[in-house]
Amino acid sequence: MTYEPVIGLEVHVQLATASKLFCGCPTTFGAPPNSQTCPVCLGLPGVLPVLNQRAFELGIRVAVALECRVAETMKFDRKQYFYPDLPKGYQISQYDRPLAHDGHLDVAVNGAMKPVRIHRAHLEEDAGKLLHDPNEPFSYVDFNRAGIPLLEIVTEPDLRLPEEAYAYLVELKAILRALGVSNCNMEEGSLRCDANISLRPAGASALGPKVEIKNLNSFKAVKDALGFEIERQQRAIEGRQTIVQETRLWNARAPATEPMRSKEEASDYRYFPEPDLVPFRIDAPAVEAARRALPELPAQHRQRLAETYGLSAYDAGVLAQSRALGALFEQAVAQYPKPKPVANWIMGDLLGYLNAHGQDPDTAAFQPAWLAHLLQALDGGAISGRTAKALFVESLERQRDPQELMQERDVRQIVDAGELERLVDAVVAEHQKSVADYQKGKANALMFLVGKCMERARGQANPQQLRTILERKLTISREAAL
Amino acid sequence: MLTARELRDQIAAGALDPRVVLHELLQRISRINPAVGAYVAVDPERITAQLEERLRHGPRGPLFGVPITIKDNLCVRGEETACGSRILSGFRPPYHATVVERLLQAGAIVIPRANMDEFAFGSSTETSAFGPTRNPWDVTRVPGGSSGGSAAAVAAGAAVAALGTDTGGSIRQPAAFCGVVGLKPTYGRVSRYGLIAFASSLDQAGPITQDVTDCALLLSVIAGQDPRDSTSAPMPVPDYLAAVSQTARGLRVGLPKLPAEGLDGDVRAAMDEATRVLERLGLTTVPVELPHIHQAIETYYIIATAEASSNLARYDGVRYGWRASEFAAGGGSVEPSSAQRGVLQMYLHTRAQGFGPEALRRILLGTYVLSRGYYDAYYLQGMKVRTLMKRDFDAALSQCDVLLLPTAPTPAFRLGEKLDNPLQMYLSDIYTISANLAGVPAISLPCGFSSAGLPIGMQLIAAPFQEATLLRAARAYEQATDWHRRHPAISSVEQAR
Repeated sequence: MTYEPVIGLEVHVQLATASKLFCGCPTTFGAPPNSQTCPVCLGLPGVLPVLNQRAFELGIRVAVALECRVAETMKFDRKQYFYPDLPKGYQISQYDRPLAHDGHLDVAVNGAMKPVRIHRAHLEEDAGKLLHDPNEPFSYVDFNRAGIPLLEIVTEPDLRLPEEAYAYLVELKAILRALGVSNCNMEEGSLRCDANISLRPAGASALGPKVEIKNLNSFKAVKDALGFEIERQQRAIEGRQTIVQETRLWNARAPATEPMRSKEEASDYRYFPEPDLVPFRIDAPAVEAARRALPELPAQHRQRLAETYGLSAYDAGVLAQSRALGALFEQAVAQYPKPKPVANWIMGDLLGYLNAHGQDPDTAAFQPAWLAHLLQALDGGAISGRTAKALFVESLERQRDPQELMQERDVRQIVDAGELERLVDAVVAEHQKSVADYQKGKANALMFLVGKCMERARGQANPQQLRTILERKLTISREAAL
Repeated sequence: MLTARELRDQIAAGALDPRVVLHELLQRISRINPAVGAYVAVDPERITAQLEERLRHGPRGPLFGVPITIKDNLCVRGEETACGSRILSGFRPPYHATVVERLLQAGAIVIPRANMDEFAFGSSTETSAFGPTRNPWDVTRVPGGSSGGSAAAVAAGAAVAALGTDTGGSIRQPAAFCGVVGLKPTYGRVSRYGLIAFASSLDQAGPITQDVTDCALLLSVIAGQDPRDSTSAPMPVPDYLAAVSQTARGLRVGLPKLPAEGLDGDVRAAMDEATRVLERLGLTTVPVELPHIHQAIETYYIIATAEASSNLARYDGVRYGWRASEFAAGGGSVEPSSAQRGVLQMYLHTRAQGFGPEALRRILLGTYVLSRGYYDAYYLQGMKVRTLMKRDFDAALSQCDVLLLPTAPTPAFRLGEKLDNPLQMYLSDIYTISANLAGVPAISLPCGFSSAGLPIGMQLIAAPFQEATLLRAARAYEQATDWHRRHPAISSVEQAR
């Protein structure tokens, strides 16, 4: 029997506000522990939350981008549980009336479009962080993160493959970044994902017992954990074991999912409406205005790049994954109107460099004019391909226009025909044996001579040009010898 | 004892030295407090330093130099504020409650910490972790609660005026028991920032004073919207002092039909007499209905405990306040066993030992009514009844300007009389609770004495944000009577030591 996996994802994204959701504390990542706290986010007695309007607006922006229905009323609830990183003993969240519901997102998987329905998106505050020191009999709590605004985005169980989950996350992240609502940095925890998965016999409509997977620290971990879990559940079903509804943790080193808690131990969060925050009507014209103000989203971006510049779907996809990358491409093409080589340089050399150095395309400092100048120089034969690659890296490292670097160090190729002729003549005179070998039919000898010429030119010559001159000269001298 | 308004007028005129005023008050507190227990603690040095600071740098506002007593659940920066609870003992907030800040901006000298029922859970001020407060009219009796310390202090002349808080009657019932004036403002009239929450949708701070005029004076200082409290209303604050001098003639007084069960004969007689006085003053009376007032107690104990169970979750021993000694930070003298080491054990021990029995009872009740499977039957149902009660008040107050009710069904009861019978204790709030559920303003003022010589209070209730009307009617009654001029014999209080 074949089984069909049913997968849903819950993504928590930290909204990029300057201050926290219910107080004025800053949200800067990596500050010294508890340096970004106040009576409100520490849950001191008597203090009250006041909603950060900006977080609400960013939430609305995501809601309209995911084509959700926006709630008529903004209302918060308390989700109650005890944990030392939760200062008030409850989290201010949204329960029965989320900010947004019933949206959707289309995801390309293996060349086909997969529609994914968004179940809901709601605003809530983040908790603090426990710090454990194995040498101490107690733990520390850092409340800097407590109260940072989160948007929880939950899909319907529409995904069927780990690859689909992966593609959904990539697309969602691209949208969130295009919207400017979050930096989506998984290492800093500004994007977190939990996955729900169950198996059912192919063709069945009822859902099997659901397993929730936590501790997924990268998109790859999501894919790997789902792959593992599909196999584990399938083996269990085939071995006539029952699958228990539970929460499991992904251990990337094992690699395996490991049980964390079963449903019997699941908490009763005793949700009830937050009495400290007055519900308010969400202004429909404001939602419309947010919809109209949406920037170009990745799907539109990709389509426009492909159509306008004649790029392949793949190239357009790579360039549209970051707003900055797309802009760099378009601005470079405006100055050097050959889209394909511009795209190749950005996707190959630039992304390669950024990946190798752990840099973010959105924040990379590289000017479109630099790429245009470099490609122009290359086209005109002023520099070799090798020199161009070296110049590209150097311009990134030193934040300089390659044109300036070329002038500064005279790395331009020798293009003067007379100069090249003299150079070749000198090499031919010095290496008569190789000349003889070539003339006897040893093709390798020609490459040796080209190499010697390049050496003499200190790399600043076009090897193709040298080869042409050499061939001509050696043919002439052979004819002369005959 | 001069009233707050008299004091501020005489201080402003240079007829009284605020140093002398404060000195005499502190002396009176030290004489009376051992027998009455109105204050948890008073630190004369710090209070005197506060006065000196005020004299040097101001501000010289409408309460310049006037000492105002503060209930132990309103945060005063740097001063221990423990809400009558062991679990908050030692807690010194790094901020002022907005009401405290407004008093200070008006030039007042704030005097912490008036005793109260633990977390305001009670009607007798017997559940305070720091010992009970006694009624200055009869020290074998309770002062009411939860603002019993504030009311007893004002009644005994150990306070010029005080702030209390009222979630189900905690300002009005002790005001009635102690023969003073107490006002619970409209929900949203006064900021709750820095008021240590009991039930967030019901709590309001308000004045407890010697007379209605002082009530108006204090309300005009503490009322108004606060950006730190989203539930405070963006309504202009009228001149309440001007309101009290306006005539009440022609105001319509609604007389609701009330559950008569448990209503004391002396209280009933005092209410009948009060009705006649109001009629003589030219107010008209009209019968009205409050059909859901019978469900007030049940509804209240669902909503208030639900919110309390949530509001008190933060007292977990992790960040501040009291922690069970076996889990003291840095390790106690006794090495904890490994089982005790866990954070769950720390929670359980800290909360079981840190809260008193009434707090534990309400946390359990509130946790129960919010639990999965019970929410709809209790909390949701309670919220529906609450909506019906609001409609009751809307309807009744469309036929009249103020409602007249007793504040409490009986005069002050004896210490210990209801402590072991929570349901009996809860019933003493039967007439006050519905104003909190409906969010409407209500005032209690003295209207007579029982045959045993105990004060009786009457309650007036108005439509939301109609405090001026309330004060007008109350002041008219007060001017026609002299109940508020009677004071307990302090010599007998002192002898009771």
